[in-house]
Amino acid sequence: MGYLTQLRCRECQRTYPVGPIAACEECWAPLEAVYDYDRLRAELPRDVIAQRPPTMWRYRELLPLNGDPCVGGSTGFTPLVPAPRLARALGAREVYLKNDAVNFPTLSFKDRVVAVALSKAREFGFDTVGCSSTGNLANSVAAQAARGGFKAYIFVPDNLEPEKITATEIYGATLVRIRGNYDQVNRLCSEIAQKYSWGMVNVNLRSYYSEGSKTFGYEVAEQLGWRLPQNIVVPMAGGSLITKIHKAFRELQQLGWVEPLATKFFGAQATGCSPITTAAKKGSPEIQPQKPSTLVKSLAIGNPADGYYAVKTILGSGGAGEDALDEEVIEGIRLLAETEGVFAETAGGVTVAVAKKLIEQGRLNRDESIVLAITGNGLKTLSAVRDGLPTTAAIRPKLAEFEEHYLGLTPASVG
Amino acid sequence: MAITLRIPPPLRKFTGGVELTEMEATHLPDLFENLEKQFPGIKKVLCSEDGTPHRFVNVYVNDEDIRFLGGAAYKFQDGDEVLLIPAIAGGCGTAS
Repeated sequence: MGYLTQLRCRECQRTYPVGPIAACEECWAPLEAVYDYDRLRAELPRDVIAQRPPTMWRYRELLPLNGDPCVGGSTGFTPLVPAPRLARALGAREVYLKNDAVNFPTLSFKDRVVAVALSKAREFGFDTVGCSSTGNLANSVAAQAARGGFKAYIFVPDNLEPEKITATEIYGATLVRIRGNYDQVNRLCSEIAQKYSWGMVNVNLRSYYSEGSKTFGYEVAEQLGWRLPQNIVVPMAGGSLITKIHKAFRELQQLGWVEPLATKFFGAQATGCSPITTAAKKGSPEIQPQKPSTLVKSLAIGNPADGYYAVKTILGSGGAGEDALDEEVIEGIRLLAETEGVFAETAGGVTVAVAKKLIEQGRLNRDESIVLAITGNGLKTLSAVRDGLPTTAAIRPKLAEFEEHYLGLTPASVG
Repeated sequence: MAITLRIPPPLRKFTGGVELTEMEATHLPDLFENLEKQFPGIKKVLCSEDGTPHRFVNVYVNDEDIRFLGGAAYKFQDGDEVLLIPAIAGGCGTAS
């Protein structure tokens, strides 16, 4: 192992030795993990990967760790499934779901990034970790910190779904609820990361943490038979995931593991918090922050850290950004559940609703392959959909009552 | 207007470790100018020549992102507390 060589500033290109830093000292731009691709190409044939256990660690040489991971040993390699009924409903030919709603251990794609971040935290010698989170990251840091024996401080907005609060506190992490939105929580975390020697996974460990998202992209390609999809639709909060899937696809082409293909990247947000899609629609990567107002709390980041790069990824690929109203999101969640038996959280509803819009608008080609990124589990946001479902009256355990209430038969017609 | 500015750790190499400074400033570009007078060399990290903050520099006034207050057009009030934070904070550098 150990193909990570250094960190490099994404703007001024200044390089730094591997360490717990995430921003360039000269211009404060984010730092990016750099690997020795020549050595990787020479030493790592694709066939080796296929023989490894079905987890994200089958791509370990492309992740920024020196040794074995200390947590998340079973994370990743979630199903990529064809979705023919959803495709029919959307009027598309070839749709796949990459289903991180069943990722391990906490049912979201964040398990990938946290597995990398905490393993790196251990390598750096941190005994305390933390994060600012809109929920899924909180769940994953809490669970994996427990597993890895870290102390954990987790900072969240106080309006999170109750399921996500419980699914953080249960692991014994210190949950700090902040009266404010995610951007205010994140600002506090930035101050904390600057003062305390903690491994804040999405702050000072961000250069490593975000690399974990690449495995989502590697898996999509491998599960398609080592080919890239023509289109992918990705939900965006901070905007990191879409840029890292793009990096993953680029790396696979660099390594010669897939045929070159210019995948179009489509970014999805909720209309009530759409700083990235708003910028993409204007054709400019300059982000104007917003005050989130949406039930899609997992994507409610008004000042997205990677928004600038997300827009560049989208526009550079020939894709587009689009957003969906809360009611369209709920419809998207139900459509996905009813057609494919996959219950996604609100972000999944955003992805489906946006895919539907883009296909209707003709910007997403209905005759090409389309992968939808499903990043979290619907059981975490039950409160968002519960009220919209039809409620049925309880009946007595009588056949006649069942037939009357559920089959629409009158007592006389049943005989 | 008399404002207070909190200097984040990555900038303290310019301030000799000073964490808090007071100054007179009307708009954001003045703040950067005055900061440069107090601590030479600091401005280029934060903004371009005309005082536009770099993309990854977030400026908060009394806990509110200055972009919600009008950005460069915002006129500081007496007693404003201004905070400069990297969009992605760099951290302390080492684990203890």
